[in-house]
Parts: sequence; structure tokens; C-alpha cells
Amino acid sequence: MWSKKELPSRASGQGQDSPMKDDAFVLRVEDIHKKFGTNEVLKGVSFNVRKGETIVFIGPSGTGKSTLLRCINQLTIPEKGRVWLHDDEVTNSGPKISYFRQKIGMVFQNFYLFDHLTAVRNVEIALLKVKKMDPESARRQALYELEQVGMKGWADHYPAELSGGQAQRVSIARALAMDPEVILFDEPTSALDPELTREVLEVMKKLAKSGMTMLVVSHEMGFAASVANQIIFMENGNIVEQGPPDALLYDPAYVRTRKFVGQFADLTQRKD
Amino acid sequence: MDVTSILAEWTPYLIGGISLTLGLVAIALGIGVALGLPFALVQVYGPRPAKAAISAYAWFFRGLPVLVLLFLFYFGIFPAMGLDLPAFFVGAVVLGLRGAAYQSQIFRGAIQSINEGQMIAALSLGMTRLTAIKSIILPQSLRIALPGWSNEYPEILTDSAICYAIGVAELLTRTSQIVAVTYVTMPIYLCCALIFILLNYAGMRVIHVVEKRVAIPGFGAGAG
Amino acid sequence: MEPAGFITDILIPALSQGLVVTLQLIVLSAPFGLLLGIGISLGRQYGGKNLSNICKLYVIFIKGCPLLLLLFILYFGLPSVGITLTAFAASVIGFILCNAAYNSEYIRGAILSVKDGQTIAAQALGMTKWQVIREVVLPQALRRAIPGLSNEFIYLIKYSSLAYMLTVIELSGAGKLVATKYFAYNEVFIAVGIVYLALVTFTTVAVHYLEKRVAVPGMIH
Ligand SMILES: Nc1ncnc2c1ncn2[C@@H]1O[C@H](COP(=O)(O)OP(=O)(O)O)[C@@H](O)[C@H]1O
Ligand SMILES: [Mg+2]
Repeated sequence: MWSKKELPSRASGQGQDSPMKDDAFVLRVEDIHKKFGTNEVLKGVSFNVRKGETIVFIGPSGTGKSTLLRCINQLTIPEKGRVWLHDDEVTNSGPKISYFRQKIGMVFQNFYLFDHLTAVRNVEIALLKVKKMDPESARRQALYELEQVGMKGWADHYPAELSGGQAQRVSIARALAMDPEVILFDEPTSALDPELTREVLEVMKKLAKSGMTMLVVSHEMGFAASVANQIIFMENGNIVEQGPPDALLYDPAYVRTRKFVGQFADLTQRKD
Repeated sequence: MDVTSILAEWTPYLIGGISLTLGLVAIALGIGVALGLPFALVQVYGPRPAKAAISAYAWFFRGLPVLVLLFLFYFGIFPAMGLDLPAFFVGAVVLGLRGAAYQSQIFRGAIQSINEGQMIAALSLGMTRLTAIKSIILPQSLRIALPGWSNEYPEILTDSAICYAIGVAELLTRTSQIVAVTYVTMPIYLCCALIFILLNYAGMRVIHVVEKRVAIPGFGAGAG
Repeated sequence: MEPAGFITDILIPALSQGLVVTLQLIVLSAPFGLLLGIGISLGRQYGGKNLSNICKLYVIFIKGCPLLLLLFILYFGLPSVGITLTAFAASVIGFILCNAAYNSEYIRGAILSVKDGQTIAAQALGMTKWQVIREVVLPQALRRAIPGLSNEFIYLIKYSSLAYMLTVIELSGAGKLVATKYFAYNEVFIAVGIVYLALVTFTTVAVHYLEKRVAVPGMIH
């Protein structure tokens, strides 16, 4: 349903992977350490991501989830540890980081749409400036991506004229337009009312089904239960527990996980 | 003769220039506040024709270059009124009248930024409008106006040098005279620039001290 | 006092010639004042420690030094170090240097007001530092700086009169010459004043129009 074949301009030479890597991990995160001053925020986090997988990160606030996502695309530089996209090292990649950031999309809690640009310009700006696409194809692709998130009708509106849910869908389109292999979602619905949350989660579900690889920090347990292949519970800069939703949400191995998960009423209800 | 000894020789003359410059600034600031504040009150609380008159005044003095204002008053308006005023006095008055135009806008903005509840509360206590303005509105709005107002000082200080054009013997005029007599140019000009910058800095320090003195904890604009 | 036809035969032609020179001064100074102002604000914000400090000192010097003194330095001072400028060139350079310093303050303030998320999102899309500045930071900052920049433009119009002190016969200089010759100070300077008021008022209106043109919903100026 998330067919990308319709769009001829989509294929971008350098981004294509050789088939031999298909079974391998898309993303490998290895022993990430990060301190802010004396505050040790990440204490050696490692995990691997298979192609098409959706991993949901849960855990108390201040645990380092956002920092972890930002370390993956090097918006925050970890002191120690490495990140790999297929066989290429993302960490210590110098100017090549621009390429990795195209391949690793990011969606933020507060959308961070560019305030001075309309929805369609938000989606196409990086196509033009980073991918150096010609204006016509960029516009075509931007409109296509907006259509995918149900925002084509709002193409010429400015961020301030959009609801939170609409803005977040545009920001997802913006990330998608770069043709990423992985998208990082940092609490994409935390700033939204329940009504608007639903429309964004719908888009994310559709995206997951289409085979996109996704790392999602979220406390939408319903979404985690139905969409995630794996859930990772983090606390104090460490991964406490990791597993498929059934195990982690309904039968966690650790008391800490159970305590955290227990706070979410919608889950308990489901369990009953 | 080397530059230092030239500077040393002319120091008293330059100091005389500095005092005239500061005199211009002090009188101009004084006139600016003395007129700017009532003008602002009229613009907020006054009758319509008076408001219009103040607006026209501000438009005129803000729209004309200092140089043209100086020429107009020094050669035109004052002589036509039969007044033969010294250039220093004309310079100070023109800078002051012009400052009043700018300052009335600053004060007006500050007065208008005061929550209207303040006036209502004062009236409900039985204060007259005038008392309310004097003891409630102004103490607040003057504090709010201070940061904006403090920018008037450097502006008037640097503008005062334009009084050179009508022959006021202020710092820049005297600097030019020294250059003309000694044929030493750059060092003397730069020295003059340095003095202006120091006067600027010193004045701003004084204003900051005043700002801190009158600050009220939690009263927004005092801090920002 | 003044001969018949003074206004039509003498005053208007003289002021027209002066106005042309004033407009030349402004039109030559303003664009470079803006560009240099952007450069200084970027140098101060994104430059290394040294560049940043140089930009800071530059602004302190220009803001503290009277413009007329700066013009004297350029016109009367520079020949002593082997640089001779025409009065017109010295004026334009002085106006650019001055205008740029003040512009840079407004632009810098506006750059600081651009929210972190805007640059983070741009980086996350793979933009280089320079692309982030050009595509995201500056377009937003310049919009926010418009009121300040136009204020400086209006100052430029008025302070262009100081070129007369270097013997450039611009609008106020032309007025001064006529006024002295015909001993008609009030009439002439009021006429000169009206022209400046017209320029300033026109600019104010034009800026409002420009602001509306480039306005973006929700982006507060
Ligand atoms: N840029 C930063 N500078 C200093 N401390 C930071 C910074 N970013 C995050 N932190 C700190 O790191 C810790 C983890 O933050 P974060 O990764 O945002 O946690 P989470 O997303 O799990 O709520 C917090 O204590 C936070 O204050
Ligand atoms: Mg977070």
C-alpha cells in the first residue's frame, strides 16, 4: 500500500544497497556512552535493527532515549561507541555524515517544521539543497510524500496554520522524502491531543506495514503492542530489557519493567 | 614633535571639548526627558488634537537629519525670532527637541504596556486619574522604559559631534582644529574616537547601575 | 530678499541636483551595508573565537565613534597612510561601515531568536552547517530583523546629509549653498526638510508593504 514504484524519480543511485546485505542488520548500535558534564546519560547501549523492523523504546523520562536517538544520527556526538548503517560506520564519518543523515530520517516531538516555509517547501527543501534534485522532480516528490500522509491539500499552508497532528504528518513526509532506510521517531505524539495522536499513529502504522525500518520512542502502548517487533525498556542510561511486545508488555522478566509497564492503564485493560 | 607630546600639549584643550560635549549631552537628555515624558502622557491620556500635535512633532523631528535641524534652527528659526543664541545653546536645544521626539515614543510604549488593571485598581481605591498616573503608572512605566531610554545616551553622544557643523567647540571640532594646526591626523582622530567610545562606555555603566538600583524583583521589564 | 521665481528657478533645480546625489549615496551604501552586516553577524555568531572578537570590536568601535568622525578619518585621515579617497567615495564607505555595524546587531539578535529545533531539524536532513545557515537561519532571521534593518535604512537616509561635511553637495549641502547665497534659511531648510520627510515617510510605507509581502503566518516579527 505504501507503494513507491509510482514515483519514477525515486531511485537514487548511491543510496541503493547491494542485495547481499538484505539479510544483515540495517543498523547496528554498539556500546554508546554519553555524558553531559558529569551527568552520565548513556552507559553503554547496544542493539541491532533488522530491515523492516519497528523497535519501540519505552522508559522513564530523563533516561536517555532522546539522547540515544540523537547519537545515532550524530546530532549528539557520543564519547564512546559506534553506529553502523549496513557496513558503513556512521560515527566518526566526518563530512559523510550528511549522507548518513539523509539515510536516517528523524521525526521530533515538536515537529520542528521550518517556520518560514510552506508544507510543500518544508518537504522539498532538503531534496533541492541536499540531494540537489531539480526543482520539478523535487516538487513532484514533495507532493507525493504529502499525499502519502494525507496532507497534499495543505501543501501551501505554513506550519503555524496547521494543527499539531497535521504538522507532524508533514514532518514525517519531510523525513520520508529523503528516501531513508531508517526513521527515528522521538515521542512523535507526546505533544498532541488524543484525537490528533490517532491520525499520526495511523500514518506510522501504515509506514511500518510498508516495510519501513523504524525506531520509535513512545509511550503509546497500544501502538507498541500492535506494531512493534521489539520493545526496548530503558532506564538510567541502560537497556534493562528487550523483547517482543507479548513478552515485554505482558510478561516482563524484570520487576523494574513490570513496574513501569504497569502504569499504563490501557495495557492492563487489554490484559483483562 | 612626536605624537605623545602633541597630545600632551593639547590635552587641556581636548578636555575643554569633552566638557562641552558632555554639556550638550546632559542638556539634551534633560530637555528630552522634560518634554518627552509629558508628550508621552498626552499621547496616551490626552485629547485627540493634542495627540495629533505630538505625533506631528515626533514625525517632524524624527524625519529630519540632525544636520538639517541644526541649520534650520541656527540660521533660520532662532534668528527669525530675533534670538541671537550661541551655537552651543542651539546645538543642545536641537538635540533635546529631537531627543524628546524619540523619547516620547519610548515612554509611550512603556506606559501602554502597563496592564490596564493597574489603573482600574488605583481608581477603585479612590485615586484621581492624575494621582494614579503619578504614583502607580509612572513608577512602573519608567522602569520599563529605562532599557530603551538608555539607548538615547549613546545616540545623543555621537550625534552631538554633528554640532561641529554650526561651530560648537565640542570634542570633534577641537580635534579637527588640532589636526589642522599640527598636521598630525590619524593618531589624533583615533584618540578622539577612543574618547568618544570611553564616554559611551562610562555613561552606559552609570545607566546600568541606575537600572539595578531601581529594579524590583519579579517586575518583568526591569530584568529584560 | 529673494528674486522672483526663486523657488522654481533656483531652489527646486538646486535641491533636485542635491537629491540625486543623496539618492546615489543611499543606493550605493544600503546594499553593501546589508551584506557586510550579514557577514559581521555571521562572523560573530559562527566564526572562530578570533573572528568573533574582531567583529565584536568592530561593532563597538563603530557604535561608539560618531559617524562624522568616521567620515573625517576616511577622508582627511587616510591620506596620511597613503590612501586617498574622493569625498563621495569616503562618504559611501563611511555609510557602509556604519550601517553594517548597526545592521549586524539586529541580524545577530534575530539569529539568536531562531529556535534550536529549526537547526536541529535541518541538520537531521543532512544539511551542512552552511546550508543550515543559508536555508533556515538567515531566511528566518532576516525576516525578523526587517523592522530594525528598515530603521537603520531610515537613519542612513538622514545621516547621508553628513556627506556635505566632506564637501559632497547632496541635498542638505545644496540647500545650505542656496540658503547662504540668497539668505533664505527658513524657506530653504523647510524645503529640504520636506524632501527628507518625504523620503523617510515613503520608506516607512514601503517597508510596511515589504513586511506584508514576506510575512509568514505565525512568525512574529
Ligand atoms: N544537550 C544537553 N545538555 C545537557 N544535558 C542534557 C542535554 N540533553 C539531554 N540532557 C540530559 O540528559 C538526560 C537524558 O535526557 P533525554 O535523552 O532527553 O532523556 P529522555 O528522552 O529519555 O527523556 C537528562 O538528564 C537531560 O537533562
Ligand atoms: Mg525525550
